Amino acid sequence: MRMIALHLAVLAVLAALQFVLPAYHHTNAARIMVLATYAIGFNIAFGYSGLLSLGHALFFAGGMYATGLLVDQGGWQPWLALVAGPLAGGALAAAVGLLALRTAGPAFMIVTLMFAQAFHLAILYWGRFTGGDEGFTLSGAARRIGAFDLADPATRYTAAFLLFGAAMLGCLALARSRTGRVLVAVRENEERTRMLGYDTFRAKLFALALSGLISGAAGATYGLMFGYVGGSFASIQYSILPLIWVLLGGAGTVLGPLLGTALMFYLIDWASSVTTASQFVVGAVLILLVLFAPRGLLGLVRDHAMRRLP
Amino acid sequence: MSLLEARGLVRHFGGLRAIDGVDFDLAPGEIHALIGPNGAGKSTLVGLLSGRIPAQEGTIRFDGRDITRLPAHARVRCGIAYAFQITSVFPRLTTFDNVALAVQRAGARNLAAATGAALARVGLEAEADRMAGALSYGHQRLLEIAMGLALEPRLLILDEPTQGLAAGEIEGFKTLVRGLVPRVTVLLIEHNMEVVMDLAERITVLNNGRVLAQGTPAGIRADRAVQAAYLGG
Repeated sequence: MRMIALHLAVLAVLAALQFVLPAYHHTNAARIMVLATYAIGFNIAFGYSGLLSLGHALFFAGGMYATGLLVDQGGWQPWLALVAGPLAGGALAAAVGLLALRTAGPAFMIVTLMFAQAFHLAILYWGRFTGGDEGFTLSGAARRIGAFDLADPATRYTAAFLLFGAAMLGCLALARSRTGRVLVAVRENEERTRMLGYDTFRAKLFALALSGLISGAAGATYGLMFGYVGGSFASIQYSILPLIWVLLGGAGTVLGPLLGTALMFYLIDWASSVTTASQFVVGAVLILLVLFAPRGLLGLVRDHAMRRLP
Repeated sequence: MSLLEARGLVRHFGGLRAIDGVDFDLAPGEIHALIGPNGAGKSTLVGLLSGRIPAQEGTIRFDGRDITRLPAHARVRCGIAYAFQITSVFPRLTTFDNVALAVQRAGARNLAAATGAALARVGLEAEADRMAGALSYGHQRLLEIAMGLALEPRLLILDEPTQGLAAGEIEGFKTLVRGLVPRVTVLLIEHNMEVVMDLAERITVLNNGRVLAQGTPAGIRADRAVQAAYLGG
């Protein structure tokens, strides 16, 4: 009960923040919530199920391009295209999973990376449709869902908040469910889990597909919110970023993705304001993290203070 | 009728004939011990029965159904549970979560109550909230058995269950196993001859991947071939 209250309190703070934040941080917060949703998706595969993918940009950008192209060139209603984004992310993850989950460990990392790179190259190759490296912007009409205009900051914040809230509560429900317990068991010892009568391949495929679905939802929303769809979102950088966010915040925790995403966002923001060597600062922080909190900040909290943190 | 019926099982690893044409039967409700010198093929045989290792030749029938090609997780659902030789609980999960994984697989509605009952069966109810890795060795072995039992199996395979247990714990273990039959059939791989002779109703002796002898404890003790190969007679 206390744990559910804690998570609801975090959501309440996020909902209240939009009334007090100055414009600059207001936009940042909306961006952080969408990216944190992406991190939640990544965390379901990596943190809970032990599947370290280096190809999640495929699912994030897959959702973004599915929605963006359907609105921009397919002439779809934005809300319908927004539904197609997560479905594309989930379908891509399921398809990749059917092949990649035959491998494990480093091989799984390489196979997922390979699929994501192939997708990135395909986007560049078919530049006639995708805009290649430059991508394409979405017009005002493409960003209106009914009476709501995602170009408006308040609407944008609310949309990001609703997306993040749904993903976070979904992740919380999963972590406390029987399915969540099986996913953690697969992470901890797959062979033992199989000998308890679980089809571990199916469990991993489910986790990866759900992870892709949430990543795709984040990508689709991100595209509509900021009116831009670009090839850089399919690059390896966007596969590594959620890994860093989750590691910083705490893998296998519900709130870790938000904490890690927000901290890293403002760390880069601050570091680039004081030095041109901002990457150096980020690197130093990651080294400190590995040395002193290898399970992330909330992993540290869980180890020492709140054992039952989901 | 046999609960389990294996015919002509073969499993070679390269040139090593780990299991080389074994017929094996389990009667419903019996305690059956599998013994033999190191490298006789005991672990390979139960690996074939539980589905962890695929058979190269032969058939396995369980309760009249051919399960030779079924993967391990599906055999668990048929009612074959396997408790590991090396303690293989989930050390970073609580004792409760370890057993709950087995209980929810068996399809319990009230997970908390059913898990509590499964823990109480082996006397671990006080340890529910502790990390399984923090339990004593003997308690981890009991937890392993609790997980096997919570699957509500019809056949429970115990791979060296008393290894590393103190004398007092072994007595408790024997009482526990005796209380399971005849509802559950038990197949025991065991090195401790005292436990085998005391518990088992029938014994199968493996040597070099083949069945050397089969019979009651008294019959096995008197068998000359077994004495030569194994008991050091």
